[in-house]
Amino acid sequence: MKELMLGNKAVARGLYEAGVCFVSSYPGTPSTEITEEAALYDEIYCEWAPNEKVAMESAFGASLAGRRAFCAQKHVGLNVAADPLFTMSYTGVNAGFVVVVADDAGCHSSQNEQDSRHYARAAKLPMLEPADSSEALAFTKLAYELSEKYDTPVLLKMCTRVAHSQSVVETGKREEYNKPYEKNIGKYVMMPGNAKRRHPIVEKRTEALREYAETSPINRIEKGTGDIGIITASTSYQYVKEVFGDEAHILKLGMTNPLPDNLIRQFAAGVKELYVVEELDSIIEEHVKALGLTVKGSELLPRIDEFCQNQIAAAFGRKAPEGVVLEDAIPPRPPLMCAGCPHRGMFYALQKRKCTVLGDIGCYTLGAVAPLNAIELTLCMGASIGAVHGFNKMLGRESEGKTVAVIGDSTFMHSGMTGLANVAYNQSNSTIIILDNSITGMTGHQQNPTTGYNIKGDPAGKIDLEALCRAMGFQRVRVVDPYDLTACDTALKEELAAEGPSIIISRRPCALLKYVKHKAPLKVDKEKCIGCKSCMRVGCPAISMQEGKAVVDNTQCVGCNVCSQLCPKQAFSSTTD
Amino acid sequence: METKNIMIVGVGGQGSLLASKLLGHLLLNEGYDVKVSEVHGMSQRGGSVVTYVRFGDRVYSPVVDKGEADFIVSFEILETARWLPYLKQDGQIVTNTQQIAPMPVITGAATYPEQLVEKIKSKGIKIDAMDCLTLAREAGSPKAVNIVLLGRLSHYFGIREEAWQEAMTAVVPPKFLELNRKAFALGKNFA
Repeated sequence: MKELMLGNKAVARGLYEAGVCFVSSYPGTPSTEITEEAALYDEIYCEWAPNEKVAMESAFGASLAGRRAFCAQKHVGLNVAADPLFTMSYTGVNAGFVVVVADDAGCHSSQNEQDSRHYARAAKLPMLEPADSSEALAFTKLAYELSEKYDTPVLLKMCTRVAHSQSVVETGKREEYNKPYEKNIGKYVMMPGNAKRRHPIVEKRTEALREYAETSPINRIEKGTGDIGIITASTSYQYVKEVFGDEAHILKLGMTNPLPDNLIRQFAAGVKELYVVEELDSIIEEHVKALGLTVKGSELLPRIDEFCQNQIAAAFGRKAPEGVVLEDAIPPRPPLMCAGCPHRGMFYALQKRKCTVLGDIGCYTLGAVAPLNAIELTLCMGASIGAVHGFNKMLGRESEGKTVAVIGDSTFMHSGMTGLANVAYNQSNSTIIILDNSITGMTGHQQNPTTGYNIKGDPAGKIDLEALCRAMGFQRVRVVDPYDLTACDTALKEELAAEGPSIIISRRPCALLKYVKHKAPLKVDKEKCIGCKSCMRVGCPAISMQEGKAVVDNTQCVGCNVCSQLCPKQAFSSTTD
Repeated sequence: METKNIMIVGVGGQGSLLASKLLGHLLLNEGYDVKVSEVHGMSQRGGSVVTYVRFGDRVYSPVVDKGEADFIVSFEILETARWLPYLKQDGQIVTNTQQIAPMPVITGAATYPEQLVEKIKSKGIKIDAMDCLTLAREAGSPKAVNIVLLGRLSHYFGIREEAWQEAMTAVVPPKFLELNRKAFALGKNFA
């Protein structure tokens, strides 16, 4: 049946059809929907793991057990899971094992723009790159065949524009697959002697895969007209086709590691001018140059951001359409914390106390934007706790009384706990705030080990944050409601002043969760409002000023009452009063 | 057929995903090759959001670039102005006149430009502007702005009414179908 399908959903469909039995992932844009969609198939066991490394190791265990296995992550997630990945390259697999890494050129929802193709080269693993949903489905199934045939994990590289675009796919049937587990110490126990014996096997495998790449139908030459030849892959192929149609020869690579040297030479020999169009780093271009061929790529197109068709047209000296621009300056509309967001109250309290806030990855990173401007560091998952420890160790009393780490519940489970162990063990006088909104928020509400539910929404194990922190040696652990500004302020004052490390758990579920009951919106009494804008300091999108008075947008307000606590004239009241 | 381009623009959380789902379903049923490109994650949190819908005999790029959009369907007038450079020379805008102040305007760091519809018109651009929020409320829910807009878009689109109705039945939850049919008609017949 033909249907319009999101790239990520097409990968999930490919997993189903390939007979995959086990999926373990940690959510991360733009990879999240693969695992969510796979969880809708009863035939596939799916789970959210605490982090990408655990997910990859769990999936490897399933492959070892003889069942086709899978894990997905965003580009930076693969940094976390890189350790098992590199050595899995040596052990190989039992049943097929495929790993999705989803890049985010353009930084739509990421802290950097790294190019994951480097991992394929560095870990010596085959990498397939689909260019639309139809290929996402087909390549997923192919990846399992290659994984078993060549005894290797296979990387399937997605990018935002393939992951989050819908295009037409044709679906097929599921075929079951499983293998027995057999003990094999020489293959799976990577102590030095065994690893040394496995390494030549890896190098031979790469050469065998290169042979495969030379003739594989997923690396294809599309003959066109004219003198120009373009080597391209993934979404860049679509932009090239959009601009050139059939007016250029194209070598479309579905497999970007290892690269087919002979096919590239053959393609180059048939064209007058050779180009590479690839997003981010010059990986294909450098390889082509290393073959001794003359090629252009990075002179024409930047190594930053995602591409679009007009940019490619312009780079090749072709005319691109232009649009109309108004004279008015259009104010930007940056993302912000939602009305009723439980993070807002704690950030207000932190900003009021002029705290130095070392932040982490999640919705609460938005605490860095105006008017709160409360966060001074965001690096990677879990870094807030490591950083506050080092910061306080160096600055001592000067910083201890005003510096905090803020980290969400899911991020804390991901890689905050090990940072906490360091604070407890090496004894820095640090205050850590766990912003517990009882969900993984930014990626669109995934369960995690603190929520008590699994990926299907069924009851699951639930980790008690207070008990965990106490067990790790923290004497001072307290819970506050971030809707209560006085309680937040008192907690900060006391914990920052206290001797020894401390934990504040700022707990209230995300206002967008379905089970959260909202109160009636607030209204402002225009007679009482003096237009002092105190309420505006929390940066709530539901409050604005009209004719010198505060006004509440009742389609957005959820009645959290954080703003009303700042009003010196008690001008706010519930619309039900 | 040359590829046609639609952009659906608005503020995160306004319901553009349902609109693009409905359009995708409709166009696929009409026998076109279709691509729909969406925004997820960080950019959804109350930020400016854009969805691209492209259809034709064979669609390559999943995105619409500057000067390429045959239609811009907009949930909010400042967003209409923001994405205006993406409209084709003779393209058509269908827009809600609702204003949602972005944070820089709320904090006073920027001002919300005035009379945007008139300014866009004065550039010789075809713009069909209406208060979709009021029409959506009339249909039964402020959340039906997306369907009001699609109703209006159908007015400019050479696709038969039954196909739209079929697509609505396929993507809208049954209990909201009647409400959305009403919203569609209100948008389509707005004078």
